[in-house]
Amino acid sequence: MTEPLIKIVDLHARYGSSHVLHGVHLDVGKGEIATIVGRNGAGKSTTLRAIMGILRSRTGSIRIAGQETIAAPSEHIAWLGVGYVPEERGIFASLSVADNLLLPPIVAAGGMSIEEIHALFPNLRERGRSPGTKLSGGEQQMLAIARVLRTGASLLLLDEPTEGLAPAIVQRIRLAIDAMKARGQTVLLVEQNLRFAVKVADRHYVMENGRIVDVMDRAEAATKMERLQRHLGV
Amino acid sequence: MATIETAGIKRANGGRPLIKPALWTIGFAALLIMPFFVYPAFLVKMLCFCLFACAYNLLASTTGLLSFGHAAFFGSAAFTAGYAVKAWGVPFEVAVLVGTATGFFLGLVLGFIAVRRQGLYFAMITLALAQLVYFLAFQLPFTHADDGLSGISRGYLLGMVDLNNNYAMYYTTLVICVIGFAITFRIIHSPFGSILRAIRDNQPRAISLGYSVDKYKIMVFALSAAMSGTAGALKAIALRLATVYDLHWATSGDVLVMTLLGGSQTLLGPVVGAVIVTSLHDYLAESGLPISVVIGTTFVLCILLFRNGIVGELKQRLKL
Amino acid sequence: MSPDQLFGQLLVGLINGSFYALLALGLSIIFGLLGIVNIAQGAFYMAGAYFSWLMLQTLGVNYWAALVLSPLMVALLGVVLEKFIVFRVYGPDHMPGLLLTLGLLLIIQGVFVYIFGAVARPYPTPDALRGGWDLSFVFLPKYRVWTVAVSILVCFATWFFIEKTSLGRTLRAANENPVLTRAFGVNVPALMTFGFGFGVALAGFAGVLAAPLYTVSPLMGVDLIITVFAVVVVGGLGSILGAVVTSLSLGVVEGFTKVFYPQASHMVIFVIMILVLLVRPAGLFGTEK
Repeated sequence: MTEPLIKIVDLHARYGSSHVLHGVHLDVGKGEIATIVGRNGAGKSTTLRAIMGILRSRTGSIRIAGQETIAAPSEHIAWLGVGYVPEERGIFASLSVADNLLLPPIVAAGGMSIEEIHALFPNLRERGRSPGTKLSGGEQQMLAIARVLRTGASLLLLDEPTEGLAPAIVQRIRLAIDAMKARGQTVLLVEQNLRFAVKVADRHYVMENGRIVDVMDRAEAATKMERLQRHLGV
Repeated sequence: MATIETAGIKRANGGRPLIKPALWTIGFAALLIMPFFVYPAFLVKMLCFCLFACAYNLLASTTGLLSFGHAAFFGSAAFTAGYAVKAWGVPFEVAVLVGTATGFFLGLVLGFIAVRRQGLYFAMITLALAQLVYFLAFQLPFTHADDGLSGISRGYLLGMVDLNNNYAMYYTTLVICVIGFAITFRIIHSPFGSILRAIRDNQPRAISLGYSVDKYKIMVFALSAAMSGTAGALKAIALRLATVYDLHWATSGDVLVMTLLGGSQTLLGPVVGAVIVTSLHDYLAESGLPISVVIGTTFVLCILLFRNGIVGELKQRLKL
Repeated sequence: MSPDQLFGQLLVGLINGSFYALLALGLSIIFGLLGIVNIAQGAFYMAGAYFSWLMLQTLGVNYWAALVLSPLMVALLGVVLEKFIVFRVYGPDHMPGLLLTLGLLLIIQGVFVYIFGAVARPYPTPDALRGGWDLSFVFLPKYRVWTVAVSILVCFATWFFIEKTSLGRTLRAANENPVLTRAFGVNVPALMTFGFGFGVALAGFAGVLAAPLYTVSPLMGVDLIITVFAVVVVGGLGSILGAVVTSLSLGVVEGFTKVFYPQASHMVIFVIMILVLLVRPAGLFGTEK
């Protein structure tokens, strides 16, 4: 059994004095798409930030591509092939759309070319020169995903990509995730939208109060939708 | 959240209620007998800067605004007080009042302009405004530009005490400084002071509560400027000299360093800082070592290590 | 007053404006990237002038080499200071940075006074730039025209670097959101060190230009930096173009004031600052940070 691309063991994390993650265990195999689902405040985004090294106060073990990264700075983690799409999207206002797209350095071979990106997200081709923030919410989300696709990252962390978006855009994002799967990329997805999550993911981690409380694979999730919904208090 | 410590009023730790009054008494006694051990003329100069630093900190501690141009008030008052004595022959007390008034009105004008911004921009604006005053001073005939105004006579206190006696000058200055210190204390602990701190801690809230924050800031700025003026007037009379150096940015820098070195959150901090800096100036001037290097280094260390200043740190360590 | 005087002063005004621009540009870059208002910029300007004087005296290095070497040495000094001292005051509050750099200004100035004395040293104008062009209505000294031209060129090059190159793009991103920029794999701390070095190198470059004009003294930077502060308050610290335009314009205004009302020339920039503050507190091009 090959080692998972990312393996998290007993991850604890703090925001200042507030203890937010209480021993998270999680792994995602190469080429897999996994989600973390859970209520607001469960600690899902925090987990992604901890993986990315944005949240510095963490203990435990996070192994990415065989390397221990619990103490590593963000820039180091990025070069291990991790691409991050934050919840707030993080589009730079002082950069044009084209500049936003080109900003993240290429960390590995095999990233999408600009043409491929424009094929996947046609809107971005037209908006090249606009300042980053003149885009709609959906376009910003596409841009945020597009720029990490260009870098050749093999592990993609997506934080609530479909939040607040129209169905047509959600569909585009679904296509993007399918493209990632086709290219053999690994995706760890945080989602509140259960219907979207069960459609795309191979495995679901359920998080509650900073802990993983349940794990379901694709087959189980289809039948145990009710159980999932209960976890989310829907 | 700033807390201004006062003798005996704040509960001392671990049942040592007499430590503070004891320290203050010793301090007072020391001040009274000091001129018999240290050259009085130097002590007078030091006292002027103690008052100047105390005045500076009145603004800094209540509003959090760090002025980079307080020399404008110190120096202008030095000149007006000196001129009042030389050209109009006014008595000592009147000259000091003239200096204080100069500081106050100049403070109103400069404050009106400067309080529109905060933090960084406030610092840059006060620096620039003081530079303007400095250049203006060169234009006015009575400052004699580079030569300065010299030969200012000390005169008599209340027409009776001959201030040419260095001891008399010292004790007079000491009394004025103590009064200034007491006034500062009073202002800081008044409702006015509380409102200022509220504005400092949460200006939007203060505005929503209906306070005209600009007016409060301008007023404390002017009071700080007025007392700086008192210090400047005293200095000019005691040293019999007012120069454009009193208006120079280096003097503004000095009082800033004094205050932060001693600690802005305490009443005594600026005084301690003033003692250290003036002593350093005096000591280093003779030894030939570069003053600004020593003061600069001390200041850098202070910013990096003792954010609370020397007195602030001591208070924390000794839990006073 | 003759056209000769007028154009002569216009040129001097442009020169002053050029120096304001180079220093303001450095201040802007350092403030944008590091959140620090570097009052020691005046000291780095002075260091640039001194390094070129020193290289000439001891190694016979000429002006042209000094134009390149001196800013590099100033950048090195800046990088060392940033790596050991300045980085400790990074954070949301801007005041510790200003205070720390004030301390550094005192130290650097004091060290130079101690080593070289307060005496002003002359620096010879390079041969190729001696003399001038005698147009009928004005005499244009070559060195002065050169100073203005090369300053504007460097300002333009800096603008181009920041707005149009990929490194400039990364700098702008790090300026706006350093955490996310790091998460993309950019070594932001190294970038900040580079930014500081670059910002002070601009001041050092201005110092080399100033050496033949103003003579070299340890106090040459401070009055300049205070005026630059006033310029920066007028223009705002947000935009590069704004800093350059404001600097040149105010320099020219200062120059003209000298023709018509000489005693006020030192003060006119400060007066304008007051007016701008009363009318438009954020500055003419201000983007509040």
